[in-house]
Amino acid sequence: MSKVYLSYNNIVSSLGFDSKTVVNNIHNEVSGLQLVEDKSKFSQPIISSIIDEKTLSDSFAKLKAEGNFTRLEQMMLTSLNSVIEASKIPLTKRVGLIVSTTKGNIDVLDKNSEFPKERAYLDVLGQVIKDFFKFQNDAIVVSNACVSGVLALAVAKRYIKSGVYDHVFIVSGDMVTKFILSGFNSFQALSSERCKPYCKNRTGINIGEVAASVFVTNDKLNLAEEAVTILGEGSCNDANHISGPSRTGEGLFRSIKSAIKEANITNERIDYISAHGTATPFNDEMEAIAFNRLGLGEVPLNSLKGYFGHTLGASGLLETIIGMHSLNNNTLYTSLGFEELGVSQPINVITQTTTKKMDIFLKTASGFGGSNLAAIFKKVNNE
Amino acid sequence: MNSDYYISSFCSIKNNTISLNGSKVYSDENIEFSEFIKAAYKSLNTNYPKFFKMDALSKLAFLAADVLLKNENLNSEEENDIAIVFSNKASSLDTDRKHQKSIDNEEDYFPSPAVFVYTLPNICIGEISIKYKLFSENSFFIFENFNAQHLLDYSSSLLATGKTDKVLCGWVELDGDQYDAYLYLVTKTGTTTHNKKNIIKFYNT
Repeated sequence: MSKVYLSYNNIVSSLGFDSKTVVNNIHNEVSGLQLVEDKSKFSQPIISSIIDEKTLSDSFAKLKAEGNFTRLEQMMLTSLNSVIEASKIPLTKRVGLIVSTTKGNIDVLDKNSEFPKERAYLDVLGQVIKDFFKFQNDAIVVSNACVSGVLALAVAKRYIKSGVYDHVFIVSGDMVTKFILSGFNSFQALSSERCKPYCKNRTGINIGEVAASVFVTNDKLNLAEEAVTILGEGSCNDANHISGPSRTGEGLFRSIKSAIKEANITNERIDYISAHGTATPFNDEMEAIAFNRLGLGEVPLNSLKGYFGHTLGASGLLETIIGMHSLNNNTLYTSLGFEELGVSQPINVITQTTTKKMDIFLKTASGFGGSNLAAIFKKVNNE
Repeated sequence: MNSDYYISSFCSIKNNTISLNGSKVYSDENIEFSEFIKAAYKSLNTNYPKFFKMDALSKLAFLAADVLLKNENLNSEEENDIAIVFSNKASSLDTDRKHQKSIDNEEDYFPSPAVFVYTLPNICIGEISIKYKLFSENSFFIFENFNAQHLLDYSSSLLATGKTDKVLCGWVELDGDQYDAYLYLVTKTGTTTHNKKNIIKFYNT
């Protein structure tokens, strides 16, 4: 069966508007998380990573788009545009479009929004993106809580392997909004300082925003230097609770097992884990349990939430892209915010950015509704 | 696309009527959805108190799945490997609007975690997974209209790659006072072929 590759990619974020710039910032341990005292975002000061308004409008202006576009649409179109250009692929019937997001244009529900309320429908967001680039196929919108971004990769892979498409463009995005902040605040899940995944002193999450895009293809020619092949994936439910993770990490455990089985590799082949690590007490503990049940406690691991906060449905795709660059640069990036281990099972949190020859990494994500996802990627540039 | 799979049963909830395999199992005229779904829950002896905490979309999806899966006589002692693939147009917007209303005015500010948790469409999949102990693959997709081709392609791919034994899939739409649920179970053995024609035929039943 033919392989499926993740190739050209882009990140629009507080740490830059292209993947290389963003990865450089991560290399230099620069965090996008800052104190935000903007009352239009939230009634109280928060720690968040917000995309600069002017940089976004300047970048979006280069697309010479006609009409009105929401902030999220500007983020997503800017991101996807650079990937479509880099891929040099004509958008024929054989090319699919996947849009992944948890809340889309949810800010248009705000009474002060100038956009019609219809824009909050996710199929309308999909249509806007389809029409802008003139894709021939309708957008497939994936909205499955915080695993959406990695699930989109699994969906793209399945569509390509079953022969429906040869290539799929994925764009994933979510925004920092009052809607989201008030909700997480009502859960008392927000941290008043920069988040500290897996740390003894962790006190919760920061919310961030990002748009990320990737070109997924079955064509081995003309791949990006950092391209990876997707060896396996799995998504399993906890069947336990709708807003809290399973205490035993059951769904995550099963997801990783399923991904490893499909990848047909031994656990020892995994060089690095790009974990979810939201810095809530229960999530991080659950992950440590699941990794240990699989004998992965010694594999170097990080959470990138200390750089971007939790970017919701986009986080999985964002972090997979960083993982691709991590393999290509043979560099393990430090898990920013971590001070001292604060989970009951041993895990190998990366505390210093170091070089290491790498071939395979595991990406995991978990979210509300008991959802979990695991995917395994392998470098292609040395095949 | 030819399919080696089968549709073993289907359930729909629309126009104040619940049907299983085309036969009416419950109907109640001229009442609002919230009353209708509660009355149906009682009439069908559902006996699952968590139901009353769910939002409208989860109630709709849960009851449709419950009617269908109860009829499958699953062995509750054994683990059932049933993936869930749902879709709709309005995502969780019905509950999103409730959460938005609770934060619109600073003088009247009352966001609640019990509402906010339902501002994701896949929560209804979580509810069904908890009741039926389904540790399986699950995904929620958004389309403008019922998309039989997507459901066919995606569920066939899950079965063909050995990710699951069965797939519970369909459309669960709830938007204000409009609702429409149609679920069907795809299996590896049976008599009714899993193809686009049959998926659409049962949707329109």
